[in-house]
Amino acid sequence: MKRTNLTAGLPLVLLLALVFFVAREVLGSLEIINYYWQLILDQSLIITTAAIGLSIIYGFAGQFSLGHAAFFGLGAYTAGLISKLWGHGNYGVFLLSLVAGAALAGAVAFLIGLPILRLRSDYLGIATMGFGIIVKVLMDNSNKWITATGGATGMTGVPQIAKFPVIFSVFLLAVLLARNLRLSSFGRAWTAVREDEVAADAMGVDPTRVKTLAFVLGCALAGVAGALYAHRYPIVHPSSFDFLKSFDFLIIVVLGGLGSMSGTIVTGVGWVFLLEVLRAVLGQSFLDFRGVIYALTLVLVVILRPKGLLSGMEWQALIPRRVPEGNPPAKGETPNVSA
Amino acid sequence: MILQVKDLNVAYGSILALHGVAFEVAEGEIVTLIGANGAGKSTSLRAISGLVRARSGQVMYHDADITRTPAHRIVQMGIGHVPEGRKIFANLTVAENLEMGAYARADRGSLQAAFDRVFKSFPRLKERLKQNAGTLSGGEQQMLAMGRALMSTPKLLLLDEPSMGLSPILVQEIFSIIQEINRQGTTVLLVEQNAYMALQVASRAYVLETGRIVLSGPAAELRENPRVRAAYLGQAV
Repeated sequence: MKRTNLTAGLPLVLLLALVFFVAREVLGSLEIINYYWQLILDQSLIITTAAIGLSIIYGFAGQFSLGHAAFFGLGAYTAGLISKLWGHGNYGVFLLSLVAGAALAGAVAFLIGLPILRLRSDYLGIATMGFGIIVKVLMDNSNKWITATGGATGMTGVPQIAKFPVIFSVFLLAVLLARNLRLSSFGRAWTAVREDEVAADAMGVDPTRVKTLAFVLGCALAGVAGALYAHRYPIVHPSSFDFLKSFDFLIIVVLGGLGSMSGTIVTGVGWVFLLEVLRAVLGQSFLDFRGVIYALTLVLVVILRPKGLLSGMEWQALIPRRVPEGNPPAKGETPNVSA
Repeated sequence: MILQVKDLNVAYGSILALHGVAFEVAEGEIVTLIGANGAGKSTSLRAISGLVRARSGQVMYHDADITRTPAHRIVQMGIGHVPEGRKIFANLTVAENLEMGAYARADRGSLQAAFDRVFKSFPRLKERLKQNAGTLSGGEQQMLAMGRALMSTPKLLLLDEPSMGLSPILVQEIFSIIQEINRQGTTVLLVEQNAYMALQVASRAYVLETGRIVLSGPAAELRENPRVRAAYLGQAV
C-alpha cells in the first residue's frame, strides 16, 4: 500500500528556514533591516509562535479559548522574573526561564482544563475569559507580593538578550511540533473531536485526554512566546496581556482559517506588520482607529472568505495531504488483498 | 451471552429515562429494541457504549462488567456504535471518516482488510472515497456511519435507527446489508421505530414503553402479537 511520505516536504521547509535566516543575517549586517524593523520582525515571530498555540487549541481541536494572552503573560512574567532576579544576563538562566515560562503556562492550563474540558461545548471560552481578567488583576497588584514585578507600572530590568536567532529557533520548533502533532494520531483525534465530540467518543477517542493535551500544549507555546517577549521588549506591562490582546490571537487564527497552520503563520506575521504599517501611515491617530481597523478587517474577511484566508489549505511541503488508506488501487496495480 | 443488561436505570438530570431495563443478546443474533419516541431505545444503546452513565444496574459484555468503562475503552473491547442521526464527520472525506472508525484498532496491519470488508458491504462508499461526507445523500451517510463503525471490526454492532429519514427502497437495502453483516459473524443490537422491518430481520425482540420493557420474545411471535400489531405495525387486529 502506497502511503504519503510524511517527511518528504521537510527538507524544503528547513531549507527555506535556513535561507530566511541567512538572508536576515545578511540584510541585518548591511543595516537594510534596521533596528526598528528587526523589532517588528521579532515581534511577529513571537506573536505567531503564541498564535500557533491557539491554532492547536482552537483550529485543530476546536476548543474556544478567550484567555490566550493571559498565558502569554504568565510566560512573560515567569521568565522575566527569573532572568531579572537570578539571571543578570546569563544565557543559561535565560534558556531555563524559557522552559519555566512554558511549563508554568502549561501547568496552569492543565489545572483550568481539568474540570472544564470534561464538558462538551463552549464552557472553556467563558472560563478562559474569566481567567484572563483575573490574571490581569493579579499582574496589576503583583508588586504587593513581589516588588520586582512592578505591578501596574510594569516590570523593567529584564535583561534584553533574546535576539533573532533564538526567537527564530523557538518559532521554527513550534511550527515543527505543531506539524508533527497534526500529522500524528493526535491530529486525527483532534479533528474528530472538533467535528463531532460524541462521534469521536464512539470511535474510541478519549475526548477529555486529547482536548487537555491540545489546551496544555497550546498554552505552553503561548508561555514560551511570552518568555521570549519579556527578553526582547524592555517593559513587561499588564496591559499587554489583557482581554483585547487575547482577541488579537483569536483574530489571527480565525482570519488565517481555522485548522490551517499555514494560515495562522501567514496571518500572524502579516497581522503584526499590517498594524505597524498602519501605525506608520496613520501616526498618532492609529490608536483611535485601531478598533475600527479590527472591525473592518474582520467584516471584509468574513464577506470575502468567510472561513478565513487559507481555510482548508496547507502548504503541502509543511503539511502534506494524506493519501487515504482505502484508496482503490490504480489500474494495472494488483490490489493488495491479504494485507 | 455476548451482552447482558441487568436492571438498568438511566436518568437525564431528574428525569428517569430507563426503569430497570433488562435484556440480553446472544452471540450471532440480531436482537431489536422497538418502541415509540422517548421509550428509551437510544438511551439503552448509549448506556451500553458508555456515552451516558447508568445510575444503577449492570451492563455485562462477555461476562465483564462495562457499566463504568469509558466509551473509548468500550470501542476497543469490540462494541461498535452507530449513533442516532449518524453523526458522520461532515467536513471530512469518506476515506477520512472510515479511517477515524479504525482509530481504536491496535493492529495497523489489518487495516486494509477492514477497508475491503466495508467496501464489500458498501460498494458505493468506495466510489465516493474522496468526497466530503456532508455532500453524501442520506442513504449514503447511513452507509458511511455503519461502515465507519465496522472499521473497528466490532463483535457487537449497536445500530440506532438506521432507517431514519430513508426512502422505503433504501430501507430495504440497509436492512439486507444488516443481515449480511450479521451472517459474516457480527452480532447486532438494532434499535428501530420501523418495527415492521426490524421484526423481519431480528431473531428476538424487546418492546420498550416509557423506559420499561413491556414485551419480549422471538421476533416472529411478536409480529403476531395483537398488542404489537396495533401499536407498532399499524394493523387493525
